[in-house]
Amino acid sequence: MAKLTIDELRKKREEARKGIYLRQGEFKGKIIVHMGTCGVAAGARQIVSAFMEEIEESGRKDVMLTTSGCAGLCSREPMATVETLNTPPVKYIDLTPDKVKKIFKTHIMEGNIAAEYAIGIGSERGG
Amino acid sequence: MAVRRIDLMLCTGTGCVAGGAFRIKDTIENEITKYGLQNEVSVVITGCNGSCGQGPLMVVQPDGIFYGWLKPEDIPFLVQEHFLKGRPVKRLMFVPLERKEPVPLMSNIPFFQKQMLIVLRNKGIIDPEKIDEYIARDGYTAIEKVLPLMKPDEVIEEIMRSGLRGRGGAGFPTGRKWKVCSDERKFPKYIIGNCDEGDPGAYMDRSLFESDPHSVIEGMTIAAYAIGASRGYIYVRTEYPLAIRRMQIALSQARDYGLLGKKILGSDFDFDVEIREGSGAFVCGEETSLIHSIEGKSPEPRQRPPFPAQIGIWGCPTVINNVETLATVPVIINRGADWFSKIGTATSKGTKIFSLVGKINNTGLIEVPMGIALREIIYEIGGGIPKNKKFKAVQTGGPSGGCIPNNLIGLPIDYESLTKSGSMMGSGGMIVMDEDTCMVDVAKFFIQFTNDESCGKCTACRDGSEALLEVLTRISEGEGKEGDVEFLEELGLAIKDASMCGLGTTLPNPILSTVRYFKDEYEAHIREKQCPARVCKKLIKYYVDPDRCVGCLLCVKTCPVSAIKGELKYIHIIDQSLCTKCGQCLEICPPRIAAVTKLTGKEARELQSLPGPIPVAEWKKTKSASKGDFRFTPYREETDREHRGDNEVP
Ligand SMILES: Cc1cc2nc3c(=O)[nH]c(=O)nc-3n(C[C@H](O)[C@H](O)[C@H](O)COP(=O)(O)O)c2cc1C
Repeated sequence: MAKLTIDELRKKREEARKGIYLRQGEFKGKIIVHMGTCGVAAGARQIVSAFMEEIEESGRKDVMLTTSGCAGLCSREPMATVETLNTPPVKYIDLTPDKVKKIFKTHIMEGNIAAEYAIGIGSERGG
Repeated sequence: MAVRRIDLMLCTGTGCVAGGAFRIKDTIENEITKYGLQNEVSVVITGCNGSCGQGPLMVVQPDGIFYGWLKPEDIPFLVQEHFLKGRPVKRLMFVPLERKEPVPLMSNIPFFQKQMLIVLRNKGIIDPEKIDEYIARDGYTAIEKVLPLMKPDEVIEEIMRSGLRGRGGAGFPTGRKWKVCSDERKFPKYIIGNCDEGDPGAYMDRSLFESDPHSVIEGMTIAAYAIGASRGYIYVRTEYPLAIRRMQIALSQARDYGLLGKKILGSDFDFDVEIREGSGAFVCGEETSLIHSIEGKSPEPRQRPPFPAQIGIWGCPTVINNVETLATVPVIINRGADWFSKIGTATSKGTKIFSLVGKINNTGLIEVPMGIALREIIYEIGGGIPKNKKFKAVQTGGPSGGCIPNNLIGLPIDYESLTKSGSMMGSGGMIVMDEDTCMVDVAKFFIQFTNDESCGKCTACRDGSEALLEVLTRISEGEGKEGDVEFLEELGLAIKDASMCGLGTTLPNPILSTVRYFKDEYEAHIREKQCPARVCKKLIKYYVDPDRCVGCLLCVKTCPVSAIKGELKYIHIIDQSLCTKCGQCLEICPPRIAAVTKLTGKEARELQSLPGPIPVAEWKKTKSASKGDFRFTPYREETDREHRGDNEVP
């Protein structure tokens, strides 16, 4: 390996940051794919992959993708909840990889709710 | 770089590795492959997370969920529930003792909340075997700044202004040490990183190597640049194989990137580091002995001055710093002396790493700002004393430190307060003791250690420690006499005066501080032949209380020397002539029965055991027949003993 110059070290740092961003805890957006048994059966795994592809393509390092249990609306799975810094959580239903593409672009990238696929805005009330 | 969804930060410090962390890693990797998650979830090995009492452990990122006490058999369920279906598993989370609810988030666990991470800034966040991960966390930015932009004197000035003091024991101002060395006109010069870490129970430096070796390398490089050295040594004990391996990997990666070697980052500055392994003698941590050890000579200390900064290794000016001191340097350069000097107290700046061990709920490695109250460490970070016992004292500064008693629980932890209290900062060991600890025994333990480790060069240290040990042993065996305590104090002070190196000048501290705060315990041993904490074997007897014994045979079966006689439903009796006082009977007796106790002093001396087996039921009957005014208490006077005779079963 060739010895680094200062500029090369800096470039390396920029590149290396992408490898550890999950651990730094600064996120502007959060996508939760619901993965109860019903969700998994309805193809939620595919939806996770589709979101991951979108994140990778966009190069965004501040979007967190997680999974959670059944959202309670099993007939409309696969389902996901999307949250950004300034919007309330939105639940999207009957997802397909195509819809994921549009939701990601509209909601995460442009900051607008993709209303045509949304079932509701806001979360359930706490007990 | 492919996008992942989850990073599993699996602790692979020595403690967790011993607990099976690598087996857990293999199991997780198998399971995630089974579900096809290998591109979404990755297992990252990290250095010591610090919460060693909960190991093996991991933190799930980005959620920050903390799982402890992991076992391979938990993994399939965990992978399926959490990483596939997204349902965090409560039963593997940390549950604080006082609460019943698990705490999912690492950031909400009190052990972590009160800490301030400067030196351990990367612990649990990066893989220590990957230089890129250190670089990603602003690693080597301090070198990037120092080499082109700062003159060596400016670096020294910055470190002086920061108020950084050595973390290896004496607390000498780091900038001043560098200045002395930089003013020497003799070349070449050397820098040595001291990772000998000889204090029993301390593992700060080992963990630093295991979790973030590059921070030490970067700090050393800056020190070398400041004093004009082009060679450095890292001195580390052979008993730290994992730490050594990670440091070797780090050094070779740094060389590959040109961060060590000739013309670092295109500058005119050359520097490289070699690891030297020591065989673990305590005195080898002392700087002049350490230098002798690297030179291949017998590791005995020598008179100072001249200080190593003037005449050090191979007769050349040498700065020797503790590795924690060195790992602090890059942060000071990056964030500035002003920022650093705002943390801590007037004379003790920054943070200090402690290894919190002994009778404490949350055993582990902690980094806290200087000046934090002892109370916060013991009760908030440490979570208090196990089994609701009372906090008695904490030993700081290792074997050459002293104990701080419970009435000084508000003491701020900084160099001056610790010295004033009769202890010292040392390198950061903290051994917590509860009410069941005998302070004479503690002093004896540490003097035994320093007596073993004395290199023998100075008579005062070599023979003096021997004499101290002899007296302490006598006291602990009930052979103490009036005047022993005064003798210990006088001899202790004389050893301090007449020894050359820090080993001798500090070894009496455990005695002096326990005499200062716990004189009554010494007196109880000497006058009453009694060990109030019931520890010193010659002064205690184990005894089965017939009022509580249910005749379950547990202790009978456990006793390794068959000293307990008894049959099912017969009261068990310990044969004192056979008992070795190992205490296993007391351990095994169920807490709700608690029939086995320890006696000391008069009650032990006058103990009269039951002459032969009595059925439990029979004993109960005779007891109620005596209308409750009778209790089998062995230390009662003659009348009771006669009474008991009446009740003997033929
Ligand atoms: C008996 C004895 C043992 C020591 N052991 C260590 C040690 O294990 N690690 C260490 O850094 N310093 C140890 N020291 C202190 C070193 O002599 C030296 O002061 C220190 O490494 C300087 O680094 P600092 O200025 O960064 O604290 C020991 C001193 C004595 C007297």
